[in-house]
Amino acid sequence: MPTKTKKNDTAKKLEQMAKQVISHARAGEDPNFAIPTRSLSNANYDRKKRIITMGDAAQQRNFFDLSKAKKFMQTMLIASGCKELAEQGKTTSIRDMYYHCKHTIEGTKENTFDGQDESDPIIEDLEVTIDALREELGLYAENKGSMVGPMTIVDAGDTIDLTRMGSGGWAVPSIVEANTIQFKKCTADFILLIEKGAVWGRFNQDRFWEKHNCMIIHGGGQPPRGVRRLVYRMHNELKKGRNKLPVYVLADNDPWGYYIYSVVKQGSINLAFESQRMAIPDARFIGMSAFDRERFGFDNVIALNGKDTTRLKEIAAYPWFAGKKDWQREIKKMIDSGVKMELETASSKDFSFITEQYLPEKLKKKQWLD
Amino acid sequence: MATKSASRKKSSRVNETAESMSARQKEIAVSEFFAKNRHLLGFDNPRKALLTTIKEAVDNSLDACEEAGILPTLHVKILAVDSNGKHVPTPNMTNHARFIVSVRDNGPGIVKHQIPNVFGRLLYGSKFHRLRMSRGQQGIGISAAGMYGLLTTGQPVQIFSKTSPRAKAHRFLLAIDTQKNRPDITADETLDEWTDGEETVRQGTSVAITLEGRFQRGRASVDAYLEQTAIANPHAEIIWTAPDGEVRHFRREVEEVPDSPDEIKPHPYGVELGVLMRMLKETEQKHLGPFLQKEFSRVSPKVAKEIVDKANKLTKATISSQSYTSTFDHGQTEAVHKAIQDTKIQNPPTDCLVPIGDRQILKGLLKETKAEFYTAYTREPAVYRGNPFQIEIGIAFGGDLPREEQARVFRFANRVPLLYQPSACSISKAIQATNWRNYGLTQPRSGMPEGPLIVFVHMASVWVPFTSESKEAIADYDEIRKEVTLGLKECGRKLNTYIRRKQRIAREGQRRDVFKKYIGEVVKACGTMTKVDEKKLYDQLAAVARSKTETADVILDEDGKRVKVDPDKPDPNTPGPNGAGGRLARDESVIVVEANAKQPDADDAASEDPELFDQAA
Repeated sequence: MPTKTKKNDTAKKLEQMAKQVISHARAGEDPNFAIPTRSLSNANYDRKKRIITMGDAAQQRNFFDLSKAKKFMQTMLIASGCKELAEQGKTTSIRDMYYHCKHTIEGTKENTFDGQDESDPIIEDLEVTIDALREELGLYAENKGSMVGPMTIVDAGDTIDLTRMGSGGWAVPSIVEANTIQFKKCTADFILLIEKGAVWGRFNQDRFWEKHNCMIIHGGGQPPRGVRRLVYRMHNELKKGRNKLPVYVLADNDPWGYYIYSVVKQGSINLAFESQRMAIPDARFIGMSAFDRERFGFDNVIALNGKDTTRLKEIAAYPWFAGKKDWQREIKKMIDSGVKMELETASSKDFSFITEQYLPEKLKKKQWLD
Repeated sequence: MATKSASRKKSSRVNETAESMSARQKEIAVSEFFAKNRHLLGFDNPRKALLTTIKEAVDNSLDACEEAGILPTLHVKILAVDSNGKHVPTPNMTNHARFIVSVRDNGPGIVKHQIPNVFGRLLYGSKFHRLRMSRGQQGIGISAAGMYGLLTTGQPVQIFSKTSPRAKAHRFLLAIDTQKNRPDITADETLDEWTDGEETVRQGTSVAITLEGRFQRGRASVDAYLEQTAIANPHAEIIWTAPDGEVRHFRREVEEVPDSPDEIKPHPYGVELGVLMRMLKETEQKHLGPFLQKEFSRVSPKVAKEIVDKANKLTKATISSQSYTSTFDHGQTEAVHKAIQDTKIQNPPTDCLVPIGDRQILKGLLKETKAEFYTAYTREPAVYRGNPFQIEIGIAFGGDLPREEQARVFRFANRVPLLYQPSACSISKAIQATNWRNYGLTQPRSGMPEGPLIVFVHMASVWVPFTSESKEAIADYDEIRKEVTLGLKECGRKLNTYIRRKQRIAREGQRRDVFKKYIGEVVKACGTMTKVDEKKLYDQLAAVARSKTETADVILDEDGKRVKVDPDKPDPNTPGPNGAGGRLARDESVIVVEANAKQPDADDAASEDPELFDQAA
């Protein structure tokens, strides 16, 4: 949760945006602001820190440019919505912000926003433009993700024992900053970040966390910022001896699974500036691996399509994968074999094969990728 | 020309002898020939007969007025009558009926003794023998119309004439003796005062012909003819009363009588061998040299000598400038004829041509059509078969002209509209051969262009090569088609500039609409984020939007250059219809009427608010 001073900072930055528009208008100029480019071309890999950082490239968003006018107007609407939030000391979901800013433009049949897919990227634009995290803007995504394991936390004043969370686990909130979530006690040896909720359910039911003394957490696909931020805090704040608490990522054996790992490890290209407080360069990829098919004799595999192959080649070329022999081998193996595997592939052996044999064996044999 | 005898129809065959045939061979009067072949003169059906009659009378009146330097005012009237000559106020227009066609002008009148000849004889007049630019050419027209009236109704032609305000008026009733091609005078009165309805006529000529005809409106109608005449003759005023009583007033827009064209001698290149032989026989010049110099244009003593020298080489005989014209035989004449074609002779003089002129064409189009873009172009004179001619093009585009139809083509020869036989005409061929797609219009494969377009083409010439005596189409000489094509291209380029620019403006307008929609939202957002005078910010942003989309307000001129125009102060040069709209661009060949320009289709409500930007201004 942003602190009081931070909130005011954000409000000031938003006000500054409006003032810029006003002064441009007064000078008879085309109002504009520069939006840092959120693409691979403007993402740099900081080899020392091993995270993605954002370059200096920016795009001018002009009001009186036919292709940008609507986005300019939308940016101003979102900014004013965030200013209201900041002034009222409230937070809300990005979906709620979409509804707050959506209306029919006076005298027309046109809407300011036609869907949340229009407002979400504008929120990201605003984050990078005024250099304020979404959380500082008072916005959060829908809660997504659960966690259980040998740990006790304080969540908004409530003390919660994460070994007693039943089948659903503790729902990870969107904002997990220290003023909302505090870590009270943790005895876990590592964190296992699982891509899918359903697979996490199997791990919970089989009490994997108890048998292997670890935290199990999932993000329902691409982990939301709350999950990533929580794992980051746990990794950095909860020491295992003199080391940081290890993080293992268990994802599908497909380009999307690799990409999820990449985001957890180095940060996202989209919001590179957030890597500082999200990326976990030491995170390890524990599966599924393209080599697991032979290792474990999985035979219910899916053929790669052309898009998969293209995507794999792109991932292989990412600077943070480019220099890594293991990863190049891994990706090459996947392209050569022409197949992908979901985590559920392991169920061809037995429902609990993944918790009882697959993962314990990989942990024991240290079959992970870094 | 032999006529079939009744005896031929008998079944029993009797062989003729030269003697028996000679008994029937006799001279045919020109009037009798045309009475039988009236389609050659444009009287082939009742509808066309009515139009042709009007056309001949109007052409004569305009020619007469102009020759006398008088601004023409014409009263054209068609009155439906029954067989007793009684006026039928609401005629049944679908059938043919009897009409009295009358045309009255304010021209110089006709001296008394010439009236019967002008209206009662075919091929009588001043026009045929002279190479001079005029509407009528052969002197057949009006007398043929009178003859047609006589044939279909038995009624003679009535003529009034008054040569000056002080002179007495004359009234004639004339029939034509077709056998003899001679006027048959049935009445001849001298009047102290000539009144037409309420009006006392001070000067002029009036002709009234009673005939069988059919009155119809639409394409190739009297209406269309008079409308186009008014366009090509903006110096004429025409008051037109249709049989149903409807009156249309074509106003005068130009207060100058067109210059009187000079008469010229034929150019040697255009003369055919037979004509040359006749000329040698008829000339008053005794010697060849003076003959060539006096009877032709552009033959100097030097050129005459060159022709003689070349002719000598061809015949190996001895011809000299002193040779007697009366002695020329066929071979010698042919040698001279051939020598003429081999000699480089300067083009005929072109000061004999009086083009309508760009400004006048624009004024004519502007007063009778409601378009948004006009351009006109007068080409330099050119020559076909030794005859000088000049092509003029006018284009009207957009506005109220129908969008989805074929372009309308107005063809003119010496200011006379040509309404029939478009496909036979050199003008139509040139229009079809032009690629209008280059100029932003649609055009089916080698067809007429489509869109809100009027194409005006005028040929001015001392001798217009009509395809027939009814003067309906211009013969397709290469030189003529080429000149028309070049003129069309010039106008097409200007049209293209306008169309492209208009498209750009429409795009700018759409851009502005987009900004316009969003300004309110941006202002509100700024108001939420910081204290600001929202009204002031709105006006400031609207002003920026205005300047960013400035092109949308730009008024067009010829080559995409901007013209700043104060809309409250109309251009003093504006030749608009009844003072409305219309602005002459700098090159004086383009007029844009903003008031007629259609706004681009708007599909959102924001653009229904034209006030917004006016407030911001």
